[in-house]
Amino acid sequence: MIDLVLQAFTTLFDPAHFGYLMLGVLLGLVIGVFPGLGGIAGLSLLLPFLYGMDEVSALATLVGLVAVIPTSATFTSILMGIPGSSSSQATVLDGFPLAKQGKASRALGAAFSSSLFGGLFGAIILTFFVQIARPMILLFGSAELFMLALFGLSMVGSLSGKSLTKGILACGFGILVGSIGAAPATGEFRMIFGINYLYDGLPLVVIALSIFAFPEISELFRKGSSISEGAELGKGGWLDGVKDLIKNKWLAIRCAGIGTIVGAIPGMGGSVVDWIAYGHVVQSSKDKSKFGKGDIRGVIAPESANNAKEGGALMPTLLFGIPGSGSMAVFLGGMVLIGIEAGPSMVTTDVDLTYTIIWSLAIANVLGAGLSLFLAGPISQLTRVKFSLLAPFMIMVISFAAFQATKDMTDLWMLLIFGVIGTFMKRFGWSRPAFLIGFVLATQAESYLNMSVQFYGWEMFIRPGVIIIMVLSLISIYFSRKGSVDENAELMEKESTQQLTIGPQLAFLLLILAFILVAIFDSNQQSFLGGIFPLAIAAAILPFGLYLAWVFIRGKKTHSAVFDAEQAVEEGTYKASWLEPMLWIGGLYVVSSLIGFIPAIVLFMVSFFTLKAKTNMLKTALLTAGGVGVLLLFGYFLNLEFPSGILLT
Amino acid sequence: MEQGALKQILILSGGFLGLLFLMNWGAQQSLLQHDAGKDGAETATNYFAGKTIEWIIPFKEGGGGDTWARFNAPFFQRHIPGNPILMINNIPGGGSIKGANLFAEKVKPDGIMILGTSGTTQMPYLLDDPRVRYNYENYKPIMAYPTGGVVYCSPSLGIQSAADIGKLMEVPLKYASQGPTSLDVVPMFSFDLLGLDVQAVFGFRGRGAGRLAFERGEVLIDYQTSSAYLKNVVPMVESGEAIPLFSFGALDENGALIRDPSFPDLPHFGEVYEQLGFQKEGIQWDTWFAFMAAGFGGMKLLLTPHETPDEIVEQFRIAITAMKQDPEYQEKKVKALGLYEQSIGLKAQKIFDLATKVGTAEKNYMKQWLRDTYDLNI
Repeated sequence: MIDLVLQAFTTLFDPAHFGYLMLGVLLGLVIGVFPGLGGIAGLSLLLPFLYGMDEVSALATLVGLVAVIPTSATFTSILMGIPGSSSSQATVLDGFPLAKQGKASRALGAAFSSSLFGGLFGAIILTFFVQIARPMILLFGSAELFMLALFGLSMVGSLSGKSLTKGILACGFGILVGSIGAAPATGEFRMIFGINYLYDGLPLVVIALSIFAFPEISELFRKGSSISEGAELGKGGWLDGVKDLIKNKWLAIRCAGIGTIVGAIPGMGGSVVDWIAYGHVVQSSKDKSKFGKGDIRGVIAPESANNAKEGGALMPTLLFGIPGSGSMAVFLGGMVLIGIEAGPSMVTTDVDLTYTIIWSLAIANVLGAGLSLFLAGPISQLTRVKFSLLAPFMIMVISFAAFQATKDMTDLWMLLIFGVIGTFMKRFGWSRPAFLIGFVLATQAESYLNMSVQFYGWEMFIRPGVIIIMVLSLISIYFSRKGSVDENAELMEKESTQQLTIGPQLAFLLLILAFILVAIFDSNQQSFLGGIFPLAIAAAILPFGLYLAWVFIRGKKTHSAVFDAEQAVEEGTYKASWLEPMLWIGGLYVVSSLIGFIPAIVLFMVSFFTLKAKTNMLKTALLTAGGVGVLLLFGYFLNLEFPSGILLT
Repeated sequence: MEQGALKQILILSGGFLGLLFLMNWGAQQSLLQHDAGKDGAETATNYFAGKTIEWIIPFKEGGGGDTWARFNAPFFQRHIPGNPILMINNIPGGGSIKGANLFAEKVKPDGIMILGTSGTTQMPYLLDDPRVRYNYENYKPIMAYPTGGVVYCSPSLGIQSAADIGKLMEVPLKYASQGPTSLDVVPMFSFDLLGLDVQAVFGFRGRGAGRLAFERGEVLIDYQTSSAYLKNVVPMVESGEAIPLFSFGALDENGALIRDPSFPDLPHFGEVYEQLGFQKEGIQWDTWFAFMAAGFGGMKLLLTPHETPDEIVEQFRIAITAMKQDPEYQEKKVKALGLYEQSIGLKAQKIFDLATKVGTAEKNYMKQWLRDTYDLNI
């Protein structure tokens, strides 16, 4: 094996190979910075050049591209609170609060060095794992995958906030929203309300953007300050972030291990890895008080896991021809085009190729994270920019990213609807991570439950793998009882319970209760297999909802579930009403659907800069031209579409 | 609002929108000029010069349908007279219904937008899925590409080949399926016709996931399309972990069922059916044949509206003929796509007709079967 690894290394450091790897890395970094654009957009740009390259160079470019997308996606996650890719959602939780405190470059430093470390560590694990990967992967049957989904859901306990009732409700609400669309067991369509868009369910990108990014943008909008709230920026440069990683090296090793293993299991999908890592760091830390408010460990954990995940995801892709994540599907497609066949031969006759790929991935991680570290300092300055100058760009970016999900105007409407829901979840202290975990795992939990019941029946509970994961889940639940992340803990203490009006929270709760009832009604229209899962979830969370309604109606203002950020903050924090950001964004979409996105964003930017940022003619023109220009340039080179209007195309 | 602010908004919006309009107008003018610059004789050979052809693939990047398009595209583009740009646009959703619907809505008979469909697109059309708004009767084929599929089982069932298939009759089996209205209809219906007791478990995402369930021992019978079978199942056959049973066969020039040229040693479904004492006639057989032809015989179709002038389609045919002779294409094609031939002209028309024109009786029989077997309301 040693000689094979060495041989792979000589191939790697061949100047031509290295050059192509670098090319892929640069491309991946540029594309990955834009939320919503990932490997797919990169591949379409790369494809014309893949022909005519030799096998190894083409592969190097492809690996470089795929490896660094989760790396550069971190920029927007930390600096703007916009989840840059499905595997950097958890990074937002602590990364963005750090940026708000003016510690953006420290957070980026920790994130990138963790990415680098995770990628390298993942490659080391894989080097030894390759030979036994096939039988190991085959150990995970549908019963084990179902238990893994439950294990993922057990993380909700640590993320539900002060009120477990609300956390469970948020998670159940997420599961119900996730079960919109075709039922895995029968193909029946659930809760589609006659909207064609919902046949395939709601896209994760849109939900993640609306739940995390939208409420932050709308809050910043109302505060009108810069992202880093007046704090000195230089307080902690990227080197401090690296030191943070070194201090928490054991945590990073554990999370890289989690990332590699979960990534290697086909069918789990890359979007839970960061949540499992985040849940793990919360559960394993003694002092949990800072999580959700800017704990650097909350950045290190998901970031060391998500780059290691890409390495893990290589295993099912190479050995079985089954992509372990979205970007791996692209990678697999690229391999076919180059003429490399994934399959069992990748551990026998072509094992040298496998080692080359694994170590190209590792080197690409080093290059990508290294370059990003270098840029961390300068780019962090963005957090000092007055928000009214930044807002239109952020709104443009999230709209554009959401539209990439299915290239349908409805993407934008859903972003707005769930953005409003997310804003209220944040305001009333409903755990948004719990909602997202529920949403992400809904389909997996349901389809693997259905499969394992049909394949194994009750016997599934005597399978050793199932028992092990079940024990892990119980341990996770036990630890989660010792404290939970709550982004609002400080505000809660300030909240004066005397003058609190409970009406708004009650109204929001009634809305969720109504949705639960709709889910129950809809499930009863379906066949048994098609409706049982959402019905069971809805029935399970309904009592929690009713209990909460009782608490609110009785006016028990000291109860831990009662919280309203709007009434807790000091007066004068918000300079605009909560409706205003929604009207601006809603207005942008209404105009987009009439005259198309590009003209609409021009109008939006010009009006916003003039009215909100009060910039003069020249500055407004330059800012607008810059923003729209970059968008058009990306659109041109990557062959992307923008929403077109009914009146103009 | 202050007057100054209003003025600034109006001036800048007007300026920018005017600029966008001009850019758009300029682009259109240059296209028109390009067309006007050609005289009649040139139009045919230079029709595509300076144009961008949009090839809609109603599937996600990375899947079988996408790979077929992306592998062919650069060679295809290279040989289209006039050297247009060929751009692949993936519009996935609803098991390919969304992209095909969008094509139906937008397309004009000018060859500028073409659609690549697969067996997955044909199935909901043939089963009258209410979401389908595309109609194959409005299209004609530019290119057609058949594929095959092989059913295999686990050696633990104690049989050696299809000759022993009778021994499986009483054994309850499970099959990992993507869903009752997917291409899986063909294997599931096949099992039923042979009298096998196979229960379908739905919810698998792709045939790859089904193969994994076979390797894990969760299911003991499975099928894969030809290229996936060659890559991933043949090694298992060689190591004694899988037993090939039969292929779905292939169609010859006259549209008759023959052994699959990729697997000449394997019996096709019809042979096994006869071996069990059934006759290759009657509504059951006709239904099987119709849906096999739709799913596998015409696995991949490249389409343009029926009204597209023949001169334009001819340009595509020239390109495909040249593409097939391209040495680089020949060298790489078998590895990427398999042994079958990309058909054009009459041959493609024949495949297209077989794949998209299913008789009412066969259609109704299949719908009734799906209703009875899977409680499916269609």
